[in-house]
Amino acid sequence: MEGKVRDNKNIETFEESMVVALAGNPNAGKTTLFNALTGLRQKVANYPGVTVERVEGFWKSKSDDVQPRVIDLPGLYSLDATSTDELIARNVLRGQMTGFPRPDVVVVVADASNLERNLYLVTQLTEFDVPVVVALTMLDLAASHGLVIDSGKLQDLMGIPVVPVNVKRKIGLNELREAVLNARSAATAQASTEPRESESIHLSLSDNEGANARIFQRYAFIADVYQQAVSSNDTSDAPAFSEKLDSILTHRFFGLLILVMILLVVFQAIFSWATLPMDLLDAGFGSLGAFVSDALPEGIITDLIVDGVIAGVGGILIFLPQILLLFLFISVLEDSGYMARAAFLLDKLMSRFGLHGKAFLPLMSSFACAIPGIMATRTIENKRDRLATILIAPFMSCSARLPVYALMIAAFFSGKTVLGFVSLGAVLMLAMYALGIGVAIVAGFVFKKTILKSPPPPFVMELPPYRLPNIRTVFQNMLSRSWLFVKRAGTIILLISIVLWGLMYFPRSDSPASSDQDKTASAQLENSYAGALGKTIEPVIKPLGFDWKVGVAIVASFAAREVLVSTLSIIYNVGEDGDEESPTLIKAIRDAKKTDGNPVWTPLSALSLMVFFVLAMQCMSTLAIVRRETNSWGWVAFMFGYMTVLAYAASFLTYQGGKLLGFG
Amino acid sequence: MSESNEQTLADVPAGRSAIVKKVRGGGSVSKRLMEMGIVPGIKIRVVKAAPFGDPIELRVRGYSLALRISEAESVNVSGVMEE
Repeated sequence: MEGKVRDNKNIETFEESMVVALAGNPNAGKTTLFNALTGLRQKVANYPGVTVERVEGFWKSKSDDVQPRVIDLPGLYSLDATSTDELIARNVLRGQMTGFPRPDVVVVVADASNLERNLYLVTQLTEFDVPVVVALTMLDLAASHGLVIDSGKLQDLMGIPVVPVNVKRKIGLNELREAVLNARSAATAQASTEPRESESIHLSLSDNEGANARIFQRYAFIADVYQQAVSSNDTSDAPAFSEKLDSILTHRFFGLLILVMILLVVFQAIFSWATLPMDLLDAGFGSLGAFVSDALPEGIITDLIVDGVIAGVGGILIFLPQILLLFLFISVLEDSGYMARAAFLLDKLMSRFGLHGKAFLPLMSSFACAIPGIMATRTIENKRDRLATILIAPFMSCSARLPVYALMIAAFFSGKTVLGFVSLGAVLMLAMYALGIGVAIVAGFVFKKTILKSPPPPFVMELPPYRLPNIRTVFQNMLSRSWLFVKRAGTIILLISIVLWGLMYFPRSDSPASSDQDKTASAQLENSYAGALGKTIEPVIKPLGFDWKVGVAIVASFAAREVLVSTLSIIYNVGEDGDEESPTLIKAIRDAKKTDGNPVWTPLSALSLMVFFVLAMQCMSTLAIVRRETNSWGWVAFMFGYMTVLAYAASFLTYQGGKLLGFG
Repeated sequence: MSESNEQTLADVPAGRSAIVKKVRGGGSVSKRLMEMGIVPGIKIRVVKAAPFGDPIELRVRGYSLALRISEAESVNVSGVMEE
């Protein structure tokens, strides 16, 4: 993006309209102000080539017809481009973002209760030769800390408009608009004669001493302004509330205990509260399929819609309740200020494995689904740290693996106990989660020592004051992130489902219509391309304890893991409504015999399958997201390769080792 | 560290304050620290250490900032005092 010029088309398109960029430190109230200015009609997309979210809207007003286009820049502490967010913001401000006009005015949101550090970004922005207007927020919070801020004096000393704003009480919004419009007309009057770009800032970047000296100068200027414009009638500098709360929440013992309890609640919600809506969705897609197949004439198109589109897309959409709940919790924890504390508590532990404290949240999210987890790695500034986290996130046992574990446990390990009272099923379930975590830790450690070697990344992180989460911000966050999941996962899953359906549907076997529909379906599968594929790979998967039928199911489950269960149902003649609780499927798996009369499945081969599913990269949507987030097919191929090789090796060791020890 | 005889932010016990003398090193870490307001002359209070001893929480310019011990070691301080 660096160095690119705007093409002519963009200049024409945007010449008449006015563009306002909204900048500000994280937690300064930028999102709240943006929502107040633009209302509900917002557009969320990504900046070209990177996955920094780009939110924009139009700033309408009853008083005039001007509708400035407002771009909400990522939260920033500075513009020196050490993180992707800062690089994006800097490029937008300099008009170097492809497809973006240079902003006419920058509104910088400054938190009055944390004024000195917030003014740092303001001073930096004023060096960019774009008109700057300061929106001063959180004045009531500053007042409660005993700070009295003279915004008029601040305006005079800074030499730019400063408008006190309170969104909740609707104070200052009209004044802000007026200041922005004025700033623009003043700038256009001046612009024709002067060159716009000032090169001084990035020239000094190459020279560290010079850069640090500039930072020092800016803070010296700020300290001077602060002293004149702010008076304090309180000598303590701590917002008592947050520090008191932290005496428990980041306490060396209670802090960790509370963190564990919060995690338990989140997991409880994802795995049990979400069950009801998930079952409803599942049943809903089931009856939709039944309705469509009744309503449409029999034939290939109906089969495609019912077995390909509805079953495939439904299979991924039933996870939506879990995704929504997870994002609800994450948004609340983020907006309240707790998430930074979680990273603070766990950084030491995580850094032992070469991970950043901020990797905690993405990895936790991945227990629900690796897609939101990988999307959440965006908060990690260092590229290599971020990649390491992305590469190990899919080892966390996601909800799509649950049906597979559940089926295998129900078929071969139910009713058995360890030590006389602990259910073997529960132990195995826990062991699968532990295996994933263990492998993730080792893999992360290895990556950070080898291909992703880098000096330990800085951990310079603000612990923002606690506050009540803003309901609107939380819901908007939850919905926009979930929508991205639906959109991305939905498109790729749809495509794969159709392909998979085709592989199982063609070529049509011309066997005479049998009275037993399930048997016909089974014969069809055996003769289909998918069946041929299963037989081709049989020699490869035999050492793992699987035959060609399991091979078909495994190949199919590379699209999405939970597909294994429905594919096995088709293969074993139990019809397509087989699910992991279905006694017929369980019975069919237990009773399946090889040609020599021995059972196809043994507890050992079931365990081998579970181990394979813990480690293998069987999720098209995840690979698609990794492609988007890393912007590279190379990392996608690497991830798929190393995970699948690991899965094969572990499954091989499980099966062959087990046989040597006399099991199975 | 070559200047280990100097007192650094990492040496300041929890609950005490100190004045920043110098932010050492020329990398992105020192720049980030300075951008966040840790510049010579400013007073910093060390609030506490995280459960495993690292990172530490600071109070500077009226807000809370967390950094690792290794980063705190690049900040030279003087005049450690009781709050």
